[in-house]
Amino acid sequence: MKVLKLPKQKLDFFVSVVQQFGEVHGPVEQDGKYVFKALGRWSDVRLNYIRTILPLKKYFLPPREPLFRYTGQGGYAPCVEELEKRIVLFGVHACDVFALNVLDRVFSGKYPDPYYQTRRRNTVIIGTDCTPDEHCFCRSMRADFVGDGFDLFFHDIGEYYQTLVGTALGDDIVLATGPLFEQVTQEDVDEYKRRSFRKRHSYRLDIEIRDLPEIFEMEYHSDIWEELGSRCLSCGSCSMVCPTCYCYDVVDEAEPGSAKGRRIRNWDSCLFAMHALVAGGENFRKSRGSRVKFRFYHKQRGFVAEYGRPSCVGCGRCISVCPVKIDMVEVINRLRGVRHASCG
Amino acid sequence: MLPVDRSTSYQPVLSVNPYQPHTARIVRIYKMVEDNYLFTLRFVNEELARSFRHAPGQFIMLSVPGAGEVPISISSSPTRPEVLELCVRRVGRVTNALYRLKTNDLVGVRGPYGNGFPIHELEGSDLLFAAGGLGMAPLRSLIWYALDRRDKYNKITLMCGARTPMDMLFREELVSLVDRTDVTCLLAVDADPTGTWQNHICLLPSLFDHAEIDPGRTYAAVCGPPVVYKYILKRLLDLGFPKDRILMSLERRMKCGIGKCGHCSIGYMYTCLHGPIFTYWDAINLPEMI
Repeated sequence: MKVLKLPKQKLDFFVSVVQQFGEVHGPVEQDGKYVFKALGRWSDVRLNYIRTILPLKKYFLPPREPLFRYTGQGGYAPCVEELEKRIVLFGVHACDVFALNVLDRVFSGKYPDPYYQTRRRNTVIIGTDCTPDEHCFCRSMRADFVGDGFDLFFHDIGEYYQTLVGTALGDDIVLATGPLFEQVTQEDVDEYKRRSFRKRHSYRLDIEIRDLPEIFEMEYHSDIWEELGSRCLSCGSCSMVCPTCYCYDVVDEAEPGSAKGRRIRNWDSCLFAMHALVAGGENFRKSRGSRVKFRFYHKQRGFVAEYGRPSCVGCGRCISVCPVKIDMVEVINRLRGVRHASCG
Repeated sequence: MLPVDRSTSYQPVLSVNPYQPHTARIVRIYKMVEDNYLFTLRFVNEELARSFRHAPGQFIMLSVPGAGEVPISISSSPTRPEVLELCVRRVGRVTNALYRLKTNDLVGVRGPYGNGFPIHELEGSDLLFAAGGLGMAPLRSLIWYALDRRDKYNKITLMCGARTPMDMLFREELVSLVDRTDVTCLLAVDADPTGTWQNHICLLPSLFDHAEIDPGRTYAAVCGPPVVYKYILKRLLDLGFPKDRILMSLERRMKCGIGKCGHCSIGYMYTCLHGPIFTYWDAINLPEMI
């Protein structure tokens, strides 16, 4: 992998070049929180941000996305208008890149999802490193660092961003900036390592994921699930803000008074009562407890069996958003019989 | 390495779209039972109509424009290609819309999806089918597949139950099998208000009393409502069936059929990819399954 460095004071110029590769989006402040959106002015960007309200899946699996246009007996024609837009996502944290790698697994495979794949192909990802806060547990989920899934990744090493070039496209961007990037020195590498070590030891939350799938199996009938079910409001907020929750619903929406309409896919949540309901009224997850359990299982156990790792990346969004304080870290530590404590 | 191939800068958008429904014509609507019709479909594209192949036990995603899309078992056997027979109960939004359509109307079909029955593994064995309620819908494909390739299998036993003769799906077809000497076809109704029923009047599990089954050389394929699973599985286990030779076809909510939308997930399995045919051993390991 190519490793270069970019002087911080040249960042403005870098961004002006990167604009050729697509509309630049980045983290901006909104009502005391952060959101990823198109940058009107580069000065709006907040690179020292903490997690955005919604994760980046909104760019690849939009909350509401037309798949087809149907015309009564004329069949279904795919909607492609939105897919060709070129976007540069600047300032993506490692956990969010990691989450995209997780989603890539889901939306590829035997049946690649062409909507997701096309958007992914048309998006440049430029990562930046971050400082964990009280809800971050990405280190425990081994998503505090990513080695792929980005075009460029900037690690702050003081006066410079040490830059990992992840793809050919990333390299094209570097070349397009002319002589902006410099070679790294041994001091730069040492500085990276010092900061990496410091970050690794600055987390306040910790869980052990080794043998966690098996512990989930053993605790399938634990009282904890009913207790969580009695608190859960089935609001689905955790799913909406989760960077790896990908459940979706599909509906045909008719234009009023017409046989024409669109087939739309919308974000869905396994916490919603209808999620496992089949025609005829059978519901395989009637109780809230069973649905909360399902969500935790699918993240930490089901996904491991299917894709080799948990889908959770430890971004902390579900913890920070849950109105009744259901906390992934706390639940896992309770299941493990570990006292919920910060690890310093 | 990224599974997403971003090395090429441009590809035709959606040149391959697994969500694309293919237009199919309703060529026949046969009322088997009240609110349980058999729809025969044929793809409008002739090449597709001739080349479409499925395995017994697989399903398709059926679109009725404006109403939506639902998973439906393929009830016809791959040994009788070119049309698809779908046994559809009128029960939800999409199936209600389907029932408003007429012969020659167009619907959307994509698939086939799911694992289907392990047909190669079944060869050379005895087969036992047990269906209650709508259970015949997914089993019928395998039944006719086996009957059309009769020399590949040993003994074939069919057990089918319904409340009354009028409720029995594929009744004429099943009754005609009773006279065949190369298959044991046992049909049961709970009650016979017509007074004309020539077969058994008993509950489905009682048919085991009339069958000779060698659990050591038999695969059982079971489908029906939860109560059928409860009693049939008990009989099979009492007989000594290995848990991985009891095959079941499951139903779940599905929005994609291809392992993305999350709805049909059971534990770590997707009904649409790893199923809909599961063994009883799978069911024991996935507590929500039945």
